[in-house]
Amino acid sequence: MKGVKVDRELILKVAENARLELTDKEAEEFVKQFKDILDAFSQIDEVDTKGIEASMQPVELKNVLREDRTEPSLSQEDALANTEHKKDGYFKGPRAV
Amino acid sequence: MRQEEQSKKSSRKEIDIVESTEEALQEAKEINEEYNYLNVISENLALGQARAISKNPNKGRLSGIFVSVKDCLVVKDVESTAGSRILKGYKPVFNATAVQRCIDEGAIIIGKTSQDEFGFGSFSVNVGVDCKIPLNPYDTERACGGSSGGAGGFTRKFSKRHIALGESTGGSIVCPASFCGIVGLCPTYGLVSRYGLMDYANSLDKIGPMAKNVDDAALLLDVISGFDEKDSTSVGKKDFMSGMKKDSKLKVAIIEENFGKGTDEEVKQAVISALDKAGIKYDKVKLPLTAKYGIATYYLISMSEASTNLAKYCGMRYGKHEKLDGNFNEYFTKVRGMHFGKEAKRRIMLGTFARMSGFRDAYYMQAMKVRTRIIEEYKNLFRKYDILVSPTMPFIAPKFSEIQKLTPLQNYMADIMTAGPNLAGLPHMSINAGFSKKEKMPIGIMFIADHFEEGKMLNIGKKVEGSLND
Repeated sequence: MKGVKVDRELILKVAENARLELTDKEAEEFVKQFKDILDAFSQIDEVDTKGIEASMQPVELKNVLREDRTEPSLSQEDALANTEHKKDGYFKGPRAV
Repeated sequence: MRQEEQSKKSSRKEIDIVESTEEALQEAKEINEEYNYLNVISENLALGQARAISKNPNKGRLSGIFVSVKDCLVVKDVESTAGSRILKGYKPVFNATAVQRCIDEGAIIIGKTSQDEFGFGSFSVNVGVDCKIPLNPYDTERACGGSSGGAGGFTRKFSKRHIALGESTGGSIVCPASFCGIVGLCPTYGLVSRYGLMDYANSLDKIGPMAKNVDDAALLLDVISGFDEKDSTSVGKKDFMSGMKKDSKLKVAIIEENFGKGTDEEVKQAVISALDKAGIKYDKVKLPLTAKYGIATYYLISMSEASTNLAKYCGMRYGKHEKLDGNFNEYFTKVRGMHFGKEAKRRIMLGTFARMSGFRDAYYMQAMKVRTRIIEEYKNLFRKYDILVSPTMPFIAPKFSEIQKLTPLQNYMADIMTAGPNLAGLPHMSINAGFSKKEKMPIGIMFIADHFEEGKMLNIGKKVEGSLND
């Protein structure tokens, strides 16, 4: 996609979507670098892909099915072993609003 | 044998393995002081495994062999961070399948090797905040290559019998193998289970061995490959070991574009003379689409996938935590801004952009379609040829002072030869083809085979390795 306008506004919008806090310096650097990178990557526009299927994986995969029965899995204790933010056997998250 | 003698013998053996593990740990620490190859040395785990083996001599195929694990693969109870500060303190509660299979065969896990943060680099200089950069074993002013840089350097430097578990998304096994003068083997996509791998890009990530010789790489691949119900992209076991031993006439071609003006003269010469010396005849073939669009296609797909994979790192369930301040968006944004390194931020941003509405079709979906055409381009050649040959990297390991001057885009261009086989999920392997005259730095030759034809690749690799050692 040629001619994408990369400016500070776009960079900050992307950062917001990606949940990333950027310093002013980082945002400024990214404007310049993204122009450079996206210009080069836009080359793939030229490739004729009419009627071509997208390859989500490089090799063909088959569906893997299993019987629907309960099997041992991660215990609640193990799942919480690596967090400081827990309460009564649950993760404790930041407030929703 | 009398009982007393027997126990004396077994206690003698116990001392041997435990002692040699202690020695190995000491050596690893000394190497690490100077070269930064290991983010963690798993001393307790290694000694425990050594004691267990000595008491119950394991008949496993890796019995007593040291195995290091790239930091992005989880090892139970050993801090695993994929080289990122955002995972600082994370101690997994399970083993990756590849790691478990090594342990089941009697391997001694010696530590977690350093890497570019989450695999985001070709020189292992993009390590996470507070992490150390691994230095090339031949010249400490130069890079190890990336992203499995610690694995490459440690494999070269460590004196004991050792094989590394590496991981490649766009060249991260063969690049450091080339720069560190060792063997690196990246298998067909899906041959080795990715269960327990901290994903960079799901449709591209492969786990594979890095070793001092082709035989050891084949051995480790044989141990870790095969179906795993915990990975839905895992495929069945293929018998590549017999293909390796078969004395077959392989049809070989060199990839012409990779011997063009972007490649150092000495690198070209070393690769051609390695083939000549082994008496291997070859044709010349072209891969025009791959050469022109491989890099862009690879980076668009890998960054898009990375940007969703890394969404889970948000300071809640594992790794770095901060005080729960503000609402969830504010908290996640702050934690991620604080603890991701710069290249991780850059790739998350580019990947997020490539998937955003209005851009998704032009970048992400178009890249997936171009990938189909690139796979077809390779498949056409594999109808006629068994093995494609190229230099692994266009140059020898660069100096850190040279890398510093590169823009991000110039950094990405370093993957010009490795992006193609990685995009297409093709097995590829780098072995040492000699050294540059002036700098005395290693040069790698790369073999690429069709899907699941690791046997042919190992076969030619052994032939070339043998003739170079003569």
